[in-house]
Amino acid sequence: MSTKSGFPRFVYIFVTFFLIAPLIVLVVASFNASRSMQWERFSLEWYRRLFFQSRDLWRAVRNSVVIALSSATVATIIGSLAAIGIRWGRFRLKSYVQTVTLMPLLLPEIILGVSLLIFFASIGVPLGLGTIFIAHTCFNLPFVILIVLARLEEFDFSIIEAAYDLGARERDTLIRVIVPVSMPGILSAFLTAVTLSLEDFVITFFVAGPGSTTLPLYVYSAIRFGVSPVINALSVVMIAVTVALVLLARNMLKYIAK
Amino acid sequence: MYQTPAIAGSPVLTVRKNVLTVRRNVLTHQRKRDILVDVAPGRPNTRRRQSGKLKGSEVRIDGVDKAFGEFPALIDVSLTVKKGEFFSLLGPSGCGKTTLLRIIAGFETPDVGSVLIDDVDILPIPPNRRHVNTVFQSYALFPHLSVFENIAFPLRLRGLGEKVVTQRVESYIELVRLHGQARKMPSQISGGQKQRVAIARALINEPDVLLLDEPLSALDAKLRQQLLIELDTIHDSVGVTFIYVTHDQQEALSVSDRVAVMNLGRVLQIGAPFEIYEQPADEFVANFIGDTNIQPAVVTSVEGELSRLDAEGLGPVVVTCDVPPEPGHTVRHTIRPEKIRISKKRPEGLAPNTNILQGLVDERIYSGFQSKFFVELPSGYVIKAFQQHARFLDDGPEIEWKDPVWVWWNANDGYVVTPRGGDE
Ligand SMILES: Nc1ncnc2c1ncn2[C@@H]1O[C@H](COP(=O)(O)OP(=O)(O)O)[C@@H](O)[C@H]1O
Ligand SMILES: [Mg+2]
Repeated sequence: MSTKSGFPRFVYIFVTFFLIAPLIVLVVASFNASRSMQWERFSLEWYRRLFFQSRDLWRAVRNSVVIALSSATVATIIGSLAAIGIRWGRFRLKSYVQTVTLMPLLLPEIILGVSLLIFFASIGVPLGLGTIFIAHTCFNLPFVILIVLARLEEFDFSIIEAAYDLGARERDTLIRVIVPVSMPGILSAFLTAVTLSLEDFVITFFVAGPGSTTLPLYVYSAIRFGVSPVINALSVVMIAVTVALVLLARNMLKYIAK
Repeated sequence: MYQTPAIAGSPVLTVRKNVLTVRRNVLTHQRKRDILVDVAPGRPNTRRRQSGKLKGSEVRIDGVDKAFGEFPALIDVSLTVKKGEFFSLLGPSGCGKTTLLRIIAGFETPDVGSVLIDDVDILPIPPNRRHVNTVFQSYALFPHLSVFENIAFPLRLRGLGEKVVTQRVESYIELVRLHGQARKMPSQISGGQKQRVAIARALINEPDVLLLDEPLSALDAKLRQQLLIELDTIHDSVGVTFIYVTHDQQEALSVSDRVAVMNLGRVLQIGAPFEIYEQPADEFVANFIGDTNIQPAVVTSVEGELSRLDAEGLGPVVVTCDVPPEPGHTVRHTIRPEKIRISKKRPEGLAPNTNILQGLVDERIYSGFQSKFFVELPSGYVIKAFQQHARFLDDGPEIEWKDPVWVWWNANDGYVVTPRGGDE
């Protein structure tokens, strides 16, 4: 990124500043003994409270993680199979199926949230973790389909015909050829789904019930009574975990590519 | 488009269901039993080898039509490929070669007609149960598997033990000369090596028939030549029936036992390479195979084997035909350029029934082992004559551009073919 001309360098510094600066402020604040933005002294007080005096927060974290992993898993399985079908299957109304499955991607989240709420209410499903799980699976599906499809586009149908030709049954072909070949796409679809689910606020807000508060909902309600430094501490922990995951994923991909 | 996967359990039961549900023709009891024995998974060929027969199978295609929507891709195709034969399907791009191959492999179903392998109707059998393997034009290697695992794939499906797999794969790696490449991924090897992997993978299950769809078309000329020779050697050593698709007549002529020439969905001629070259069935075949001079001609008289024609551009010519044409009919007269002699001096002591014409050299193309002369006749017709450089300076004085020359050929070397072929 080294350049002699001034403007690109200015943009670079500007962007970096606004990307990094808030994070730095957050990290600094989480180690500040004072509740206010004024620096008082270094303290681990907020971390102590985060880990030992925040049962509701951890329940929310647990809910979020459970929802994220389960909805991402289910969405990845259904979405990958759907992508395989869309790419290689031959059935009637294929293009309609494709359009309909991708529609949630284009809808504003708030509409999806409202419609899911009305839907659950009208069929009498009590709101809770179950409805959040269904909602998250639903909005994750189009992302999974798109990502896996992008991977599948790189491959020739003839490898599937080759598998049949060499004696594979449909199931062998799926397990031994299609899934391994699409694995990089499936993995990144899964990671994307986990992330989207973890951070979703709007849709979750509509379909959550009592006792099913997720982390974003918890943070939002906590912040209404003023920013708690505990949230800062939590944010720092999450940043650390995210960075670790990204590094891990990168090394893993490098390993797979080899 | 495929059969639902056979659910684990008795293979015979699954197969029987298959035969009953997808059957198109009524099978005799004998044939049904053949299919049941034939497709028992995990034991390809055992029956055949135990009985000590040849490894390859006979493929009989009878009256096959196939249309894609309104477009007829194959029209009344019938041919029989003999056991262990190297048989080529030759024709221009889009003539239906791949479609025919896919019908034999089981990826397409003919609209009418039958496909029999060793007298067993294979149309009810799904591709994964046919003892037919394909070398795809695009190689179709599994990108996530190493060279070794690609070749081992069919064996892994059958759940063979590690020791047997290693041994078999190594012998096929030997066969296609891929030593030292076993651990590489398909993305790390060259086109020619990929093709070898595809061939080994298709052969390792010891199919009755190997189908090859333009396997060399993506390779450069020199490599193509080399692989073609290797393919011939492999064919000799495995003894399997090869059905080889190509649009390259040189390829087809040089390795095939027999060739079927196709155009626009029809088979125009089936024969040994020399037959289709020396006795083309019609104008299309004459033009497509090799280089030739071809003219419309009216039959003026017939005396036994010898016919006199009035050929457009050449004037009166004599030609011998096994089957004499009808006087008064318009046919095509054709003479291969390498059968025409050329000289600046009028030749002496010509054999009887020799056609001789005079013209001007319009162009000369020197290509090492031969020179190609384009000789303009007084009528304006340009006739091609190829002179082989058999011996240095033995061809008489050098013929140059604009030289007046004599060209001549014997009536035995010309032939008469029916107009066109296939392109009605
Ligand atoms: N699945 C298909 N759908 C429609 N048309 C097809 C299909 N497959 C082949 N064709 C047409 O059938 C003709 C023959 O194709 P093909 O057998 O691939 O020819 P070749 O292999 O001799 O080049 C072509 O004109 C092609 O466009
Ligand atoms: Mg083709």
